[in-house]
Amino acid sequence: MVDLFLEIWLSIRRNKMRTALTGVAVSWGIFMIIVLLGAGNGLMNAVGNNLSDVQTNTMMVGGGWTSKPYDGLQSGRRIVLDDHDVMTVAGPAFSANVDEVTATTSQSGTVSYRDNHFSGSLSGVYPSYCTMEGIRMVSGRFLNPNDLQESRKVAVISTRNVRNLFDTEDYEWCIGKRIRVGNVSFRVIGVYRVDDSNMSSDVYVPFTTLKTIFGKGKEIDELVFSFHGLSTEEDNEQFEKHLKAVINSAHRADPEDERALWIWNRFTDEMQLNNAVRILDIALWIIGLFTLMSGIVGVSNIMLVTVKERTHEFGIRKAIGASPRSIRRLIITESVLITAIFGYIGMILGMFACMYLDATVAEHAMEVMGEKLYMMKDPTVGMDVAMEATLLLIVAGTLAGLAPARRAAAVLPIEALRAD
Amino acid sequence: MQIELHNVHKTYTGAQPLHVLKGIDLSIDKGEFVSIMGASGSGKSTLLNILGILDKYDEGEYLIDGKLIRDLSEAQAAEYRNRLIGFIFQSFNLISFKNAVENVELPLFYQGVPRRQRHEQAMAMLERVGLTDWAEHYPNEMSGGQKQRVAIARALVTYPKIILADEPTGALDSRTSAEVMELLAHINEKYGATLIIVTHESGVANYTNRIIHINDGVIGSIDDNREHKSSVFGSRTIMK
Repeated sequence: MVDLFLEIWLSIRRNKMRTALTGVAVSWGIFMIIVLLGAGNGLMNAVGNNLSDVQTNTMMVGGGWTSKPYDGLQSGRRIVLDDHDVMTVAGPAFSANVDEVTATTSQSGTVSYRDNHFSGSLSGVYPSYCTMEGIRMVSGRFLNPNDLQESRKVAVISTRNVRNLFDTEDYEWCIGKRIRVGNVSFRVIGVYRVDDSNMSSDVYVPFTTLKTIFGKGKEIDELVFSFHGLSTEEDNEQFEKHLKAVINSAHRADPEDERALWIWNRFTDEMQLNNAVRILDIALWIIGLFTLMSGIVGVSNIMLVTVKERTHEFGIRKAIGASPRSIRRLIITESVLITAIFGYIGMILGMFACMYLDATVAEHAMEVMGEKLYMMKDPTVGMDVAMEATLLLIVAGTLAGLAPARRAAAVLPIEALRAD
Repeated sequence: MQIELHNVHKTYTGAQPLHVLKGIDLSIDKGEFVSIMGASGSGKSTLLNILGILDKYDEGEYLIDGKLIRDLSEAQAAEYRNRLIGFIFQSFNLISFKNAVENVELPLFYQGVPRRQRHEQAMAMLERVGLTDWAEHYPNEMSGGQKQRVAIARALVTYPKIILADEPTGALDSRTSAEVMELLAHINEKYGATLIIVTHESGVANYTNRIIHINDGVIGSIDDNREHKSSVFGSRTIMK
């Protein structure tokens, strides 16, 4: 092994300039791959940032307008979901997939504390809404089953609400304070974080409380439930179709009517987002690989020239007993070594470039209407990409060395010795 | 018989096929010191290439120690060359970016001899050809005679049964030629390796014990030269 590397070192040393120039092409290729993937990761991280905490296997169902006449009723009729639908979804018809069913209802109004007020929206939700939506608490607690059962007048407000109402960023201090909505007073029991990119910042109150106070009757806004066992897009489509048919029927709408209900399936959403990420990833890899390819062609080319120059030497080696295999190994190892060394230089530079991006572009968020929008977040590549790139370099080096190695091994000693 | 050739033919194909060897029958005994003489184009180098398993023949049989050398794979041929045969070339054919001792080590490297042992053996062989002080020198720092002695050391380092020399003195002046031939004769005597030299110089051939004349692809005559009197200039002199 030592001998092999010594041989290669001697060979490289004789062609320093040429080797370096070729190597730069490989470095550039790997550099591009790392930077592209890093930037791609940064973009995806910025997009996926807000979704990361959300439980992805949830579905939201809301009422729409019918688009087909059915059962003697005209189209264009509004469908409003109610408690009955909650029972249906929680019932035996969907028990194979549905886990927990909750509902939401909402009411807009003016929220006030002393002289401060803002107009916002109250959401009546279930305790499990917290995990389903990935709500992050800053202080206090989220609603619990007792709040719901006893229809307590308690509220969970957002960090932004706190700033608006209490002119403070002390989120512990405001726990226990009483805020008013219309002429009903609610006690603040918790504060949740709204990200700078979150547009809405609802005040959450127990579902039952909101229903009672504002006289909502049986009507609900949305049906939210978690589910399991629907792993493919087809499964989900099938399930949604079934769900629509059942609920449509209950509201005297055509079971085939696509518009009577809207369904927001977080799982398929996530799946589509993941697909998009994957496609972007593949596209970036392809761009990077093509860049790298020019480097590989360069290495292959330079190795061919080297082999041609060394024809005589290989002839001597073969005459004194070098097997074709040992010569192939010599050339391929040299090729892999050149590719790997310069590839690693490119990889390290690429990682520095990613760090630079992280420190410049990613640090600066655009301010849009007081909201921070990140262009990039954490634009770096992980260990896995580094490993993949290493593997890629070895494969690339081998490929680059293949043709030159074959040519070197095919040298006929008599031809080579005669050439002198 | 260590080396036997029966009716060996060789034709170089091409636009104009060239029948170079037209039925060579030859046997050489173990430990013999023979020369193959002939004008250029007579086929003597081709014969040497076939003897050295560097080239293939079309017809006939070539046996070393009774083993038929034919249709070998490249790897097998390389193995045989490495184990059985040592080569000495007219143009030395040393590897320019390796110093003397590294050049001598090379055949051992292809035998898989460990580094340290390889170096020791190569140094010992350099000592025998009187080049211990030149071990670290590169070929371009040495004279023709020194280079040829390095090449001889390289050919000998594996103790091959057969040593083939193709015009070993072709690039050397007469005095150095004589030195090299003395060295080869000494080696033949001391180690008993079969030594076959291709040459067109009668002075060189005169060092050998048997002279095989090859003429237009066939063996013309075989002279017994144990008296070393074939050269008109007397034995042990080489005229250039």
